[in-house]
Amino acid sequence: MSGLATNLRVVAALGARSVRQTFRRPQLMAPIIVFPTLLLAIQTGGAGAAVDLPGFPPVQSFLQFMLAGAIMQSLMLAANSGGIALAVDIEMGFTDRLFAAPISRYAVVLGRLAGTAALGLASALWFLVVGLIFGAEIAGGVPGALVAIALATAATVAIGGLGASVALRTGQASIVQGMFPLVFVVLFLSTAFFPEGLMVEPAQTIAKYNPLSFVVEGIREPIVTGLNGTDVLDAVLAILGIAAFSLLLSARALRHRLKVG
Amino acid sequence: MRRQDIGTILALVDRSKNELLRVPGAAIPGVLAPTIFFLGLNGVFGSLTQLTGFTTDSYASFLVPVSVLQGAGFTGAATGVNLARDIEQGWLDRLLVSPAPRWVLLSGMVLAASLRAFIPASAVLLVGFGIGAHWPGLDGLVLTYAMVAVTAAVAACYASALALRYKSQSAAPLMQAGMLALILMTTAYAPMELLQGWLQDIARLNPMTLVVDAVRQGFIGTVTWEETWPAIVALAGMLATVGALSLRGMRRTAV
Repeated sequence: MSGLATNLRVVAALGARSVRQTFRRPQLMAPIIVFPTLLLAIQTGGAGAAVDLPGFPPVQSFLQFMLAGAIMQSLMLAANSGGIALAVDIEMGFTDRLFAAPISRYAVVLGRLAGTAALGLASALWFLVVGLIFGAEIAGGVPGALVAIALATAATVAIGGLGASVALRTGQASIVQGMFPLVFVVLFLSTAFFPEGLMVEPAQTIAKYNPLSFVVEGIREPIVTGLNGTDVLDAVLAILGIAAFSLLLSARALRHRLKVG
Repeated sequence: MRRQDIGTILALVDRSKNELLRVPGAAIPGVLAPTIFFLGLNGVFGSLTQLTGFTTDSYASFLVPVSVLQGAGFTGAATGVNLARDIEQGWLDRLLVSPAPRWVLLSGMVLAASLRAFIPASAVLLVGFGIGAHWPGLDGLVLTYAMVAVTAAVAACYASALALRYKSQSAAPLMQAGMLALILMTTAYAPMELLQGWLQDIARLNPMTLVVDAVRQGFIGTVTWEETWPAIVALAGMLATVGALSLRGMRRTAV
């Protein structure tokens, strides 16, 4: 029991450290909050007339539709930044010192993911508040907002695990940073920014099967239509699938890191 | 301009070229970012052309000018980041104690950015033509490259002014976000009448809208002098303003 308590304290301490690190360095905050907010404003203002297209699902406004996409973009960039920060810790030897301490090695990785999750939560909250300020309604009310935030936080951990696995496997921040453009490729090939039925092929077909589309729709449902469960359940399943995959990769990468040092 | 000033400018351009040849990976983000945005936005917002008010049925043609200018913006912003790195590492100090005038040092960096901007522009154009963007004609193509070069110079001066002000690579997001906002808060995604009210107001005031529209004319129609000269004036005005700011920063930078 005391071992579990120790590990939980380690996770909390490392999580708090990673959040502080992000807030102290503007170059880490920019991709998580500044760029997605800027793009949300520009895309809403620039493509807002899209709601008049035949086939566009009924929404209160394009901003309301886009909130889930902005949250998704922000949490993916937070996950990527978490991976970069872990790789920097490996490069600087900080992780080696933690591995030498009498604590679980998994707690070290979980600590980083806890910090990433906190950033995901903060970004979801930020975009919902921005949406409300600029007139978007949250159809599901407070419970709907809480569901959207919970899904976003869980998705940040699941996707953050992928960044952590690359960091642990390579130990090089530049390689994790190289995944940055990939974030946008995956996002554009999902329903983050537009309804699937109105996307242009081949993006439409890829978006149909992209697990991120399920996560986005799950976050979008409580905002746009209220809580009816279908998309939220699909999102939970997609997040569990991504989490299982990233857990497997992270565990293997951690074993590799402990072997190579 | 003295012969040695030209030599210094060319040496700084050469240094930038060496960086490209020795660290080819350094150019990849500048090429990838606008290309991914171009392909992604085309796939996502492609059906916007069905809206009444669009003057073309090819969203790739509508979007390609924005993406080439975005590439120029990123390349120019990278000049500021590199200058901040040079300041942090003490390299700029060594340049400042040389007999070269400050404006010559700045010109070398800015000219290098203008030339480097042709790389992402060419990549985006190739991809654009590959997915069906219209051929802008020779005049449209020349106009595109000319506007790309000057836009990169504007971005380089703006980013350099920030680098000289903050003397840290931490200012990089400010350099990139500033250019991103300048280029996208225009008729980037849709014609003026289809923009939301607040963005329409900003786009009307934003001089970069004139540049986007000028580059776009060849891709969705024909190049005319009436739509070209306002862009030239806008770019000249922006370059004069941010150029003066960055030169002021250079002159105020003490060794």
